[in-house]
Amino acid sequence: MTPAGQQPAANRRLILRLVMLVFAMFGFGFALVPLYDVFCDITGLNGKTGVTDSRTVEGTPIDNERRITVEFTGNAANGLPWEFRPTVAKMEVRPGALARTTYIARNISNQTVVGRAIPSVTPGEAAAHFKKTECFCFTEQYLDAGETKEMTVQFVVEPDIPRGVNTITLSYAFFNAEKYVERQTVKMKHQDTKFEKTHADKKSQHRG
Amino acid sequence: MLSSRMRTAAANVFSGIAIGLTADVAIAAWGVNLQPPVSPIGHDILELHNLILLICLIIFVVVFSFMFYSLYAHRKSKGHEAAQFTHSTKAEVVWTVIPFLILVGMAIPSTATLIKMEDTSKADLTVKITGYQWKWQYEYLDHGVGFYSTLSTPRAQIEGIAPKGEHYLLEVDKPLVIPTNKKVRFLLTANDVIHAWWIPQFGIKKDAIPGYINEMWTLVETPGTYRGQCAELCGRDHGFMPIVVEAKSPAEFDAWLASQKQGQAKDTVDAAKVWSKDELLAHGEKVYANCVACHGTDGKGVPGAFPAIAGSLVATGPVAAHVGVVMDGKTGTAMQAFKNQLSDLDIAAVVTYQRNALGNNTGDIVQPTQVSSVR
Amino acid sequence: MATAEAAHHDEHHGHPTGILRWITTTNHKDIGTLYLCFSLTMFMVGGLMALVIRAELFQPGLQIVDPHFFNQMTTMHALAMIFGAVMPGFVGFANWMIPMMIGAPDMALPRLNNWSFWILPFAFTMLLASLFTVGGGPAAGWTLYAPLSIQGGMSVDMTIFAVHMMGVSSILGAINVIVTIFNMRAPGMTLLKMPLFVWTWLITAFLLIAVMPVLAGVVTMLLTDRHFGTAFFNPAGGGDPVMFQHIFWFFGHPEVYILILPAFGIISEIIPTFSRKPLFGYTAMVLATAGIAFLSFIVWAHHMFTVGMPLAGELFFMYSTMLIAVPTGVKVFNWVSTMWRGSLTFETPMLFAIAVVFLFTIGGFSGLMLAITPADFQYHDTYFVVAHFHYVLFSGSVMAMMGGAYYWLPKWTGHMYDEKLGKAHFWLNTIFFNITFFPQHFLGLAGMPRRIPDYALQFTEFNVISSIGALGLGLSQLLFVYVVFKCVQGGKKASSEVWEQPLGLEWTVPSPAPYHTFETPPRIS
Repeated sequence: MTPAGQQPAANRRLILRLVMLVFAMFGFGFALVPLYDVFCDITGLNGKTGVTDSRTVEGTPIDNERRITVEFTGNAANGLPWEFRPTVAKMEVRPGALARTTYIARNISNQTVVGRAIPSVTPGEAAAHFKKTECFCFTEQYLDAGETKEMTVQFVVEPDIPRGVNTITLSYAFFNAEKYVERQTVKMKHQDTKFEKTHADKKSQHRG
Repeated sequence: MLSSRMRTAAANVFSGIAIGLTADVAIAAWGVNLQPPVSPIGHDILELHNLILLICLIIFVVVFSFMFYSLYAHRKSKGHEAAQFTHSTKAEVVWTVIPFLILVGMAIPSTATLIKMEDTSKADLTVKITGYQWKWQYEYLDHGVGFYSTLSTPRAQIEGIAPKGEHYLLEVDKPLVIPTNKKVRFLLTANDVIHAWWIPQFGIKKDAIPGYINEMWTLVETPGTYRGQCAELCGRDHGFMPIVVEAKSPAEFDAWLASQKQGQAKDTVDAAKVWSKDELLAHGEKVYANCVACHGTDGKGVPGAFPAIAGSLVATGPVAAHVGVVMDGKTGTAMQAFKNQLSDLDIAAVVTYQRNALGNNTGDIVQPTQVSSVR
Repeated sequence: MATAEAAHHDEHHGHPTGILRWITTTNHKDIGTLYLCFSLTMFMVGGLMALVIRAELFQPGLQIVDPHFFNQMTTMHALAMIFGAVMPGFVGFANWMIPMMIGAPDMALPRLNNWSFWILPFAFTMLLASLFTVGGGPAAGWTLYAPLSIQGGMSVDMTIFAVHMMGVSSILGAINVIVTIFNMRAPGMTLLKMPLFVWTWLITAFLLIAVMPVLAGVVTMLLTDRHFGTAFFNPAGGGDPVMFQHIFWFFGHPEVYILILPAFGIISEIIPTFSRKPLFGYTAMVLATAGIAFLSFIVWAHHMFTVGMPLAGELFFMYSTMLIAVPTGVKVFNWVSTMWRGSLTFETPMLFAIAVVFLFTIGGFSGLMLAITPADFQYHDTYFVVAHFHYVLFSGSVMAMMGGAYYWLPKWTGHMYDEKLGKAHFWLNTIFFNITFFPQHFLGLAGMPRRIPDYALQFTEFNVISSIGALGLGLSQLLFVYVVFKCVQGGKKASSEVWEQPLGLEWTVPSPAPYHTFETPPRIS
């Protein structure tokens, strides 16, 4: 439909636009990674948990009416020669109140191993209301040969958690992180990691 | 409105007609519809499935009776002259709006069932399920009981050397046991790659994803043995990691649970005993079933993918290193850590077997105490 | 295929002959022929792999192949069929027909056209060569789900590079199609006068441009996860394996429509011709195609209901997926209405078109069933799904292409194909197709998972039937190859109209279509 004389110019314009679209969509593929994270944080998709600091928690009212059962579980993934388990199987918490528990890890190999714990909470609608103020999953954990370590997690279940939820499961999968600590280019996309620094800062301020 | 039983019956009849089988018996034998459900969700799904199948069949028959009538009546060979109409707004609006309304009608019961499925609250028992390449681990979190469940069909049946048993490929060494008429909640995760846990008769299926935890629930109404399979491609032996669940009455379940706690005490006794070489070899051959998938019955492995045990440096080198590989696995390879899956006796026996069979002849004997000392 | 008349024209223009002609050609008809021959070759290669799969599944137990090799076959069969047979096949049809249908002398970007084809043989050589690497070919399924695909050997990297190359090829092809359609139409050929095949391809080309880069992105992430220490999908480094599935299916669902929309276009050309009646509801057809394409971007997670989504997510993807039934239904109703009160004859292309409408609808209904989330938990990853997508992709896409081939072969070669053999091929193909895939619905409902090399005894009967059907289906394609070959060689001379007063510019040029057509644009009233 383009008059014959103008065709090359019209083609060039259209090709340019289409090529830009191709690159934009290639970029969009990568942009889906942070978008997905944001989406997960909002909806609790995949049981991604949030982080808060203890000062905020002190400011929230405690719901004395409700009791939520929090179950703990954990496993050391393939490739990590550790034993890893919670010290208690479950506890009852009041929404809004800080609670703490521990996990025990033992390195059963004969060398120092670095591990990283990935938390996951189910059901999904609870995940967005399950916040940690302190967790061994915020940093890598180093265990010497044969070393046993008790590790703390401190958390709060927010009072606005949906009514229907009465049991929450917090699960940690411990992975061998050797491949990821040596490289600075690692993309640590879990929110907990991003929080690590600011969290430490806030905590010291709070104490001061 | 049809009653649900009539709908079910009608849908069965339709699916029967669809393949020219009208007898119920024939349908059952050939398995043309979903397996008979034994849980409330299973019943809901079957009803939903039958309803939607029926609606689809009715629309299908109506639409294609028009087409086939046209194919018969509007043939050129019969001298039919072509009409030249090109559109009809009225008809087009009708066949956009009506399907939409039918879809809304389908969405209502679907949504109701889905909401029920997602409600995992107020469970009576929680079982954690972990998928491994290629087996399942079950843990009763509140009771400190846990075990692994692997395919028990003998290799000879798979390779066609022995006749296949009734439950070929759908049998395991230790089934999951759950109580009937109790809400059982399953927590799902995986150790290596994504697996999916599925029992068709319960109407539940969910992925087990490494690093993440998923949950679902069931309530089994009838005692019995229920079988399913891993439903997410998880590598070489994806087809060989079945799921077997035994539903027992609550009283029988409690008795079973107590016996499990005792059984774990027996393992401790076994571990303390000194075993003869023949005893270890006999037991080790059985335990070696855990290794066959990768290393092969003859221990020759798969060149390029899985190393041989026969004549390998590990199986003919220092005993401690061999035990270490079996217990802790080998990072970066498919060799997994068996320390949590196998007892001290199992590990001692399988190491002894590998060092004295499959073409190896080191003469070494490994005792369970040697294994427990390095735990 | 068009050797004889093309050679004649070459003399005038000094084009190279022999093999060099095909390597250097920038002629849309030559390139179309190359694409179609390539597609047919990959169809046979992928088909052989399917026969290996069905041979292993003929009886319970492991008889022929090792489970690891079985997984390589299922993976490769899908990659070869999707990226090697169906997509290039449709590009072949686009190359041949779009310029002739819109009255253009050639594609807008002829040299790019040559290049986008010649990438493909290299891509597939690399893909197929990966089968011979240490540890065998890719075995994680064509979806390459992480973390399973992270475990694979070198073959996974080769697959990733091959996917990149196929992606480049498809994107270049799509750009060419869009520029051709927008800038090369003959005077008077307004957008709403374009044949439906051109419309469906225009929309398909936009889908390709929108999602092939996303596929390239996600496999690139997989590659860097495997070798460069990133952790997009590895939970050990803070990544998420489920994210792979989300990004993959964001590509994957529009891809499904890339594989079917041009088939709708072909069917919409064939049915009016043999009904001797214009297409019913042309505007509605265009709108329905656009509607399906739009919806394809917001339904992806229905492929992954079992990963554990929040209830709201499951409901959203269930409802949006169900909606697709509306525009798809419009299409089926319009095809039936086109036949209604027509003057029907049943030459081979028409037989294929009718079978596509009928069988594709079965696949559409099983798709609607799969959209119902609670029921999907039962169907997911079973043979019900395998049956579903073969009804959509074989009796939809592939059979539409066969119908299209019979329909336009006389135009391409100047000879009529052997009608008797064509009909024989149709019946053998269609009967064996149903014997192969209909029982798989029952297998899936009864609980047989997909991608397993061995199965429990209660699945034996239907697997036996399905395997016998597959052998017949495979053999009947040899007849197809023979009919096509024979038609290229010679046969009854075809007139320029070929059929009885068909609509469309392609029927105004002689048969075989001359090497150059519409060098002076036709006037469309």
